[in-house]
Amino acid sequence: MAEQLYYEDIDVGDEITPLVKQPTTTQLVMWAGASGDYNPIHYDKDFAQSRGLSGVIVPGQLIGAFLGQLMTDWIGEGGTLTKLNCSYKGMSYPGEALNLKGKVTKKYVEDERHYVECSLWAENPKGEKTTSGKAIVILPSRG
Amino acid sequence: MDRLRGQIGVGWEPREYQIEGEMVRRFTRAVGDSNPLWQDGIIAPPTFILAIGFEQFIEGLMSLVPFGTVLMGSTELECYQPIRTGDVITVVFQINSLRERQGQMGRMAFMTFDSSYENQKQELVAKCRQMIIGY
Repeated sequence: MAEQLYYEDIDVGDEITPLVKQPTTTQLVMWAGASGDYNPIHYDKDFAQSRGLSGVIVPGQLIGAFLGQLMTDWIGEGGTLTKLNCSYKGMSYPGEALNLKGKVTKKYVEDERHYVECSLWAENPKGEKTTSGKAIVILPSRG
Repeated sequence: MDRLRGQIGVGWEPREYQIEGEMVRRFTRAVGDSNPLWQDGIIAPPTFILAIGFEQFIEGLMSLVPFGTVLMGSTELECYQPIRTGDVITVVFQINSLRERQGQMGRMAFMTFDSSYENQKQELVAKCRQMIIGY
């Protein structure tokens, strides 16, 4: 793990250490079992095509979990993720890389807590944002 | 669809889930999240909340409206404290809006659901709002 990040280390505009995922169909099946989302559009190609999709798609909530990991990796043990919003705009397919990225948009102190707001997104290999989101975290302060 | 519309603002039957370490480990393995914080399965990552009761929620939704499939539109998660192995989490889902639109695949329903997650000490640990598209 990287060194603990502190509120004072962050500036608006800073980039969050990116995360790259390469979901496979095996991972989608593991996710189905772990999340209880047994929707066949995530593992049955024929079914997915019968519902108008070009193939099985990566579940939105798995991308949400990737964005959660992007944040918890970045904030370290001393940080707390308090809010995570994700909007699933485009389809992502297994076999395609997903680049998880983010930027600091705001920092403020409220009730003696040190908050950092970030905008987040997932990009496909063409550079298209298939998911966009926002997170709010609390970071420790050097006081 | 009328059965679902009739439930707007009404909480579904609360369900209890006992959180076990293997549930957390299976979740982090599926995500590929190797953060040492959750490797022992004692503390769950924040997004683990999405998995608690999701299966029964979708079963409940499909029993009201037998959609061909559903797609997730958005997720808004608020976390108040971490979930730990041994916690007993009570989940309540509620539909708070529903609108219908004609799409390429026939009629599509845009639904917003709220869910709340309370631990065995009756403390609210998380809330979630999800937009789901059924067609």
